[in-house]
Amino acid sequence: MAFEKVDEILEKHGYRHDALIGIIQDIQRLENYLPLETLRHISHRLEIPLSRIYYIATFYKSFSLEPRGRHIVKVCLGTACHICGATQNLEQMERTLHICEGETTKDMMFSLETVNCVGTCALAPVAIVDDTYYDAVTPEKVEKILSNYATESEGIESEKN
Amino acid sequence: MLVTLTINGQIIHVERETPIFEAAKKLGIPIPTLCHHEALKPYGSCRLCTVEVVKNKWPKLVTSCNYPAEDGLEVKTDTDRVKRTRKMVMELLLARCPHVPAIQQLAQKMGVKTSQFKKKGDEQCILCGLCVRVCDEIVGVRAIGFVGRGTEREMNTPFGIESDTCIGCGACTYICPTSYIEMVERPDAPGGRSLNKGELTLDSCPNSYVCENCDREQQFLLETMQVIEKFRRENEKRRSEQKV
Ligand code: SF4
Ligand code: SF4
Ligand code: FES
Ligand code: FES
Repeated sequence: MAFEKVDEILEKHGYRHDALIGIIQDIQRLENYLPLETLRHISHRLEIPLSRIYYIATFYKSFSLEPRGRHIVKVCLGTACHICGATQNLEQMERTLHICEGETTKDMMFSLETVNCVGTCALAPVAIVDDTYYDAVTPEKVEKILSNYATESEGIESEKN
Repeated sequence: MLVTLTINGQIIHVERETPIFEAAKKLGIPIPTLCHHEALKPYGSCRLCTVEVVKNKWPKLVTSCNYPAEDGLEVKTDTDRVKRTRKMVMELLLARCPHVPAIQQLAQKMGVKTSQFKKKGDEQCILCGLCVRVCDEIVGVRAIGFVGRGTEREMNTPFGIESDTCIGCGACTYICPTSYIEMVERPDAPGGRSLNKGELTLDSCPNSYVCENCDREQQFLLETMQVIEKFRRENEKRRSEQKV
């Protein structure tokens, strides 16, 4: 396996040990998750024990050790969003994508996750796809939001037929 | 620099930053500990060594194993508040590990018979981190570590698979207060040893690191061996005391 992109990231951070969290964040952006071999590689390169890297990777909820979809859908279930009906949005997402919260569609297009307040309560209820924020989401809007990303996704295709 | 503090009214001079626990030990004042070991850096995870300190007339509870001594500090190790707190910590530990002999005995010693907390599962690991620290600080390998956080936290190898860095020295098994990690003989390789952590077997060298060009040999410096040997003896002593 080639690790050029990973090495570029390490280079960018100057192989600094105190940049480990930033490095792991950048690495996760490559494939949306942290493969074992990649973590092993950075453990060798940085001379940081794998167990320490694994500890950090399992400590923060935003890191994933399981493969995730190309697009990450996050539904905010924080207090403000909850009051404004975020649960219905989540259920609608689950129905549309045919997966439950925490799962990934079979075609690896979408992963569905929940978060607790992303700090934009004024826009409640909020959903985020990759880096785009959607405000005042309603169950009716869910399909339209997802279809922006779903050109190749069977899950949504079959829903339309 | 020397500082002067009082512990239960007795005056003592110690080097600044000495953990209060060490200072109390010099005075012969006993404080229960679980996650502390003199050969390792203080960690403060079990909270059993709680004492009360008064600073600027402001009393507060701190863990004595990692609270640094400073001038004019007033330490109390036997107030009702301290006793209540330690008992509660003990009850929490007992709720987590109701069937671990070392925990049962410690509880008994502290007069804790039952726990007011609901038992959730039946753990054998108290997450004291002694194994992780000995593997990191003494052996220099850090093959094991903590995984996850909160109620999900556990001690494990990365990805929960057989470790490729563990040298099978056994230090973690000797230092573990609850015998969660155990050393077993390897039937398939005479002289070889395996470590059992719950269901998982950690790797060790079936040839006891005697092969020429062993790349793990250098990790196994004599000095390390001696320290580990010391842990082993301490462990034997402790286990035999537990049996009595
Ligand atoms: S036996 Fe393995 S895990 Fe245990 S202290 Fe030695 S190297 Fe670390
Ligand atoms: S396995 Fe033993 S030494 Fe390691 S954290 Fe658990 S109780 Fe402590
Ligand atoms: S609760 Fe959803 S953004 Fe704050
Ligand atoms: S001995 Fe101090 S917190 Fe465990």
